[in-house]
Amino acid sequence: MQNYFFHHLLSFAIWLPVLAGVVVLATANEEKPNTTRWLALLGGLLSFLVTIPLYTQFNFADGGWQFQEGFSWIPAFSINYHLGADGLAVPLILLTSFTTLIVIISAWEVIQQRVAQYMACFLIMSGLMIGVFSALDAILYYVFWEAMLIPMFLVIGIWGGPNRVYATIKFFLYTLLGSLLMLVAFIYLYLNTGSFEIADFYRFPMPLQVQVLVFLAFFVAFAVKIPMWPVHTWLPDAHVEAPAGGSVVLAAIALKLGGYSFLRFAMPIAPDAAHHLSGYMIALSLIAIVYIALVALVQKDMKKLIAYSSISHMGFVTLGFFLFNSIGLEGAIVQMLSHGFISAAMFLCVGVLYDRVHSRQIESYGGVANTMPVFAAFAVFFAMANTGLPGTSGFVGEFMVILGAVQINFWYAFLAALTLIFGAAYSLWMVKRVFYGVVANDKVAALSDLNKREFFILAVLAILVLALGVYPQMVTDMTNATVTELLTHFAQSKLPASLPAGL
Amino acid sequence: METIHYDLIAALPELIVLSMAMVILLTDLFIVPAKRMVIYAMAQVTLLLAAYFTFSSHVPSVSYAFTGAFVDDAMSDVLKLMMYLGTSFIFVYSRQYLQDRGMFRGEFYALVLFSLLGMMVMVSGQSLLTLYVGLELLSLSLYALVAMDRDNAKATEAAMKYFVLGALASGMLLYGMSMVYGMTGSLNLAEINMALTAGNKIHAVLILGLVFIVAGLAFKLGAVPFQMWVPDVYEGSPTAVTMLISSVPKLAAFAFVIRVLVQALPTLAVDWQQMLMIMAVLSILIGNITAIAQTNLKRMLAYSTISHIGFVLYGLMSVSMNGFIFALFYVVSYVLMTLAGFGIILLLSRPGFEADKLDDLKGLNQRSPWHAFLMLIVMFSMAGVPPTLGFYAKFSVLQAVLAAGHVWLVVFAVLMAVIGAFYYLRVIKLMYFDAPLDTHAITAPLDARIVLGFNALALLAIGLMPEKLIEICIYTITSSLS
Repeated sequence: MQNYFFHHLLSFAIWLPVLAGVVVLATANEEKPNTTRWLALLGGLLSFLVTIPLYTQFNFADGGWQFQEGFSWIPAFSINYHLGADGLAVPLILLTSFTTLIVIISAWEVIQQRVAQYMACFLIMSGLMIGVFSALDAILYYVFWEAMLIPMFLVIGIWGGPNRVYATIKFFLYTLLGSLLMLVAFIYLYLNTGSFEIADFYRFPMPLQVQVLVFLAFFVAFAVKIPMWPVHTWLPDAHVEAPAGGSVVLAAIALKLGGYSFLRFAMPIAPDAAHHLSGYMIALSLIAIVYIALVALVQKDMKKLIAYSSISHMGFVTLGFFLFNSIGLEGAIVQMLSHGFISAAMFLCVGVLYDRVHSRQIESYGGVANTMPVFAAFAVFFAMANTGLPGTSGFVGEFMVILGAVQINFWYAFLAALTLIFGAAYSLWMVKRVFYGVVANDKVAALSDLNKREFFILAVLAILVLALGVYPQMVTDMTNATVTELLTHFAQSKLPASLPAGL
Repeated sequence: METIHYDLIAALPELIVLSMAMVILLTDLFIVPAKRMVIYAMAQVTLLLAAYFTFSSHVPSVSYAFTGAFVDDAMSDVLKLMMYLGTSFIFVYSRQYLQDRGMFRGEFYALVLFSLLGMMVMVSGQSLLTLYVGLELLSLSLYALVAMDRDNAKATEAAMKYFVLGALASGMLLYGMSMVYGMTGSLNLAEINMALTAGNKIHAVLILGLVFIVAGLAFKLGAVPFQMWVPDVYEGSPTAVTMLISSVPKLAAFAFVIRVLVQALPTLAVDWQQMLMIMAVLSILIGNITAIAQTNLKRMLAYSTISHIGFVLYGLMSVSMNGFIFALFYVVSYVLMTLAGFGIILLLSRPGFEADKLDDLKGLNQRSPWHAFLMLIVMFSMAGVPPTLGFYAKFSVLQAVLAAGHVWLVVFAVLMAVIGAFYYLRVIKLMYFDAPLDTHAITAPLDARIVLGFNALALLAIGLMPEKLIEICIYTITSSLS
């Protein structure tokens, strides 16, 4: 039994939360929401616990896929149920199961309507996202990738703000459009390799023109998800309308799906195209970093501000990818995780305020620090982390990416570093307007400080942000071998031998 | 004597359905209305008997009967079994609906069984004449069914429209067939093929005949530009009849296309491939875009059908074994989805309330989370989102088209799928995000609820484990066409 468990760790990590979600739905009783809540918490906790062995059993020296398991799923198309995780996937899987737990706790009294459906959506979504991170078969990956949209669509649409229908349909259609083009690329690769195994895709040589088309098909899918400028417009809408839990999952995990997929699919499958187009990719990343940071500066809505800040920070991630050096790539991965914690915390902070005052506008607040001193301390801390204060996780990733950029071109690094200033500007200016100064109105005067549940969540996140900032090795030790492996994949030209290079 | 005996055995399921339809018609004359459940039971038993004999007599080899005009092969058997299943679902879903509207009469069951008989003859037809007779039996029964609610002006109008256009299409089909007959001297599909392979035929006349045949078929399938009848007939017919029109006959039409185009006219493949391609592209385009503007659920599903037919034609026009297999897979998936979709509409309707407006679905999640969830599965399946069956249907067809080298057709279909997703999502939006307008409790009988749950969850279950169904489709096509 124990053996069985350790041989199917990833399957457990995927299907346990899904099962928990189904149980929560099946036992739903609107009269007794507390039973549902405890059940969901139990499911989330178990789901988190089963992902821990992925860390403890991980072989740090191995850059390849570990915990592999699988069987032939649809032989007619030679599609396999093939799972595996490397140093890139494992941290993201842990982040997913952890964030889901946080979301369940944070929704405790906040969600009063259709509690079971809310909890079930997040549990099922957690399993599906872990599936995305661990699938080694393209169609299996695609199924998880698309299926994950369904619960997110419902979460934004049912529990979202006033403009939720527009936001959620936009979110769904944007992502669907991108992913369908990716599906076409998968089918093309399948017809040429006879398999949907990612490893077989890696080995398939393609002339540059074909690589560019394949890369672009992937690019559309992942750029929408990350999101990169100029296909980012769905994100602010989705974030603003989503309930706090939805925003947390979107920012902390859903965006990472795009980043992860770049490294898993687009770049190793079409490495020559990735090099060929890297100039454009870096340009888009820098536009996101600088321009979107400026956009964030003028936002009046706190959630929108954090959403734009997310896009700007994800710009660092894509910048790190396309530098093709190990420090940049590793920095990008650290940045993904760090952003997972920080953005989750910031959205939860907005949630705390929104639950009390029912406004996300900065101008509705002022002097909150007077009535909520503990909360203000947390909020200032996370805002600092968001600007990349040394000692917090936000600093490590950005600093590594900037270091990587200097090696390539000074001006890349210069532009990227500018955002440290802009980031400080928009984060701290928001903090100043919301938390400091005199108490702005009666509502703020009547605020009560964090309750135990809120304090617990924010404290855990704060510890993680600090831990990752002070001791980033706990992540980089895992990713080191994988990053080396990835870089060798990216460096290997896949142009067919018979054709002259650069065709 | 010996051959007649053999012929009758080969057509045993057809004979059962035929005689039972007659018996039902007669029994209905002598039965008091309160005991009409007997009729219903007889109709279900008919399907069961036919299924039993079709299944037990199945052999993988091909055998001919009635001097080669009738064939018993894997395709005919598998498709017939699916038709019985679909028809049985229709009977279950529609019983309450018919009772509420005074249509729970022997005629309904007799006519549905006659139309089933027509479809069975179509899938077993091995001569142009047999195929045509089957098609006419199906069509005439459907015209009558549409008009069953005879005091309803809309239904009568729909029936009239359906009949006039349908008769025109039948005429075209027959005219095309006569040209092929004139050129080849035979009505038998295999002989036509042999005569054409031998060559030395006037190409222009054959092409003219082919155009008429394809146009007639396209009308029956509801492919653009012969789709005008579809939305009106879907909307005007009683929902139980719409459900029938939109589901099971597509299986028969698929068989018809395979029989005529692939078995008899493969030598003209280059020509009919182009026609199918144009119709497929137009169907996907018009179907998806027009569906957005609909406020009536039945009309929306009508346009959605048109776009689904476009995908089936996509599979057929790739003219490869895989293309035919996946076209069949698509048709089967489509029938399952449509049955579940109309099943929900029937379940939500009650005396004096049709539940056929999109707005009637508002807030369904608050009224009945279970039924909303089932409809959610149906809608995502129609949109082709994994992990539902509809995804594999689209995926496999697109794979066949890409293998045939039509990259841009695939990209086009993919873009249209995104547009299509919009109107399916709107249904989900109404069910989940809006407040209910209608607060009546859902009063569907238990059997319909169970079957519907089974039907809709099958979309999810087959979506998770599609291998079996794909295997059946591979078996069906390869053993019939090799």
